[in-house]
Amino acid sequence: MIFNPPALQMTNLRKTYRGRVTALRGVSLTVQEGDFFALLGPNGAGKSTAIGIISSLVLKTAGEIKIFGVDVDKEFSQAKSLIGVVPQEINFNQFETVNDIILNQAGYYGIDRPDAQKRAEKILKQTQLWDRRDEISRNLSGGMKRRLMISRALIHEPRLLILDEPTAGVDIEVRRSMWKFLTDLNKSGTTIILTTHYLEEAESLCRNIAIIDKGEIVENTSMQLLLRKLGAESFIFDCTSSISTLSKLGDHQIRKLDDHRFEVTVNQGENLNTVFEELSKSGIKIQSMRNKSNRLEELFLGLVAESA
Amino acid sequence: MQSLKKTQWIGLKTIIRKEITRFSRIWMQTLLPPAITMSLYFILFSTILGPRIGEMAGFDYIQFIAPGIIMMSVITNSYSNVVSSFFGAKFQRHIEEILVAPVSNEIILLGYVVGGVCRGIAIGFLVTLVALFFTDLSIHSYTVTFAVVLLTSTLFSLCGFLNAVFARSFDDISIVPTFILAPMTYLGGVFYSVDLLPSFWYQVSLFNPILYMVNAFRYGMLGHSDINVTYALLAIVTFVVLLTIICLDILKRGTGLRT
Repeated sequence: MIFNPPALQMTNLRKTYRGRVTALRGVSLTVQEGDFFALLGPNGAGKSTAIGIISSLVLKTAGEIKIFGVDVDKEFSQAKSLIGVVPQEINFNQFETVNDIILNQAGYYGIDRPDAQKRAEKILKQTQLWDRRDEISRNLSGGMKRRLMISRALIHEPRLLILDEPTAGVDIEVRRSMWKFLTDLNKSGTTIILTTHYLEEAESLCRNIAIIDKGEIVENTSMQLLLRKLGAESFIFDCTSSISTLSKLGDHQIRKLDDHRFEVTVNQGENLNTVFEELSKSGIKIQSMRNKSNRLEELFLGLVAESA
Repeated sequence: MQSLKKTQWIGLKTIIRKEITRFSRIWMQTLLPPAITMSLYFILFSTILGPRIGEMAGFDYIQFIAPGIIMMSVITNSYSNVVSSFFGAKFQRHIEEILVAPVSNEIILLGYVVGGVCRGIAIGFLVTLVALFFTDLSIHSYTVTFAVVLLTSTLFSLCGFLNAVFARSFDDISIVPTFILAPMTYLGGVFYSVDLLPSFWYQVSLFNPILYMVNAFRYGMLGHSDINVTYALLAIVTFVVLLTIICLDILKRGTGLRT
């Protein structure tokens, strides 16, 4: 049997900054190869510190990190070659062209120019930046800048890609196209770790999740199991006729959103059959129905509140 | 996986190429101003003041100060290239591109220093060309001349690197050149022979490292130096070694770069 080391293995990671602020209090985390993993947490929880330590921009106080079994402290060069990092803030040279940024990054990873140029063409075409390759980077739009950061992080074909809030501040269209790109990348074998504030993003993309708060992991499980923990689920109904006379649907309390829309909360063990039956009796036709998308948000807030 | 040496070599070439491209791209800010400033010195001292001052250490005044002016431009440009480039990379945070990559600290330092040396030598060459319009220059010792230019630009590139690592604002990168480097250069025997100084100020001048560089370079070009050239070369080498050790230690600790 072949043993595959995890893509990331953090053991008892601690970080105390000089001002005596403790950002990480013994975080241990394992991300398996091929996973699409979400690292969630409120502002100041320690997500960016953890990513900073993995990418060597932050010096750890204690602990151990292995990337595909390679110890970051002992074999730093090999370990770094396995990781690609997309930071939260724009951090490329605003006076260089898109192509130069990518080629320079390839050079820092020991990729010679002819090979780097071929890779740059491939990745920039994938991220739809090839036509802008000679553009000075500061002239790019916000979405393009994000895509440039992803292209740069992928130029050395890392086996583990870490993205710190990659879709922060980009519009829905760009966000959706980035989601598709990342999903395809994960399917092709790249392990992805994502931190995000968009819980919908984590729910849509990730298979496993860890929630970090005040420098500690408060939850580490699969997305499916985590969502199952929810005691109740909310649905929003869009109706073709007015619901002004509606006050209750069987045993379910409803919350009217407007004259044609209402929200129903279904507790664990209950079903929606009675809701449909009552609506039929009242002659109200349903145009559409959808999950309320903040399920994870509710759970997240619950977990963070528990750890407070 | 390719060898570590090849990775580092390509990393080094990339940093050097990026640095040379940077100062060449903005030649109006980097190459032209020193050439113009130094031309003004030459005009001033060759036609207006020089003839009134007369000879210095047996040479025409303009001939005497030409090596000092060349060295002054090498010093300031090596320094400012590294300090502005490295601090700019820190300020815009694109230094992180190198810090997350498998580039060793030695290669990072060497890459930036070579960039500074290239600009220092390029400016030195330009100023020498300008000087030739005003005076005759010959080279007394090619070995000493090139050794001094190379070592001095290396030393001040290292100084620039050190300044950039500790700087937190653009003010911090202008304090050293304005308040330390400029006075030391002007009082480092560029425009006069230290033999002219009273005993006390002569002794004080011996603590100024730039005096050794200017005089060693002057020896290389004119065959004249106010101080022992061997001591001067040894002093420069010692400073280069010392600063290299300090810079590498700082990079290892991550001071100013990694939190």
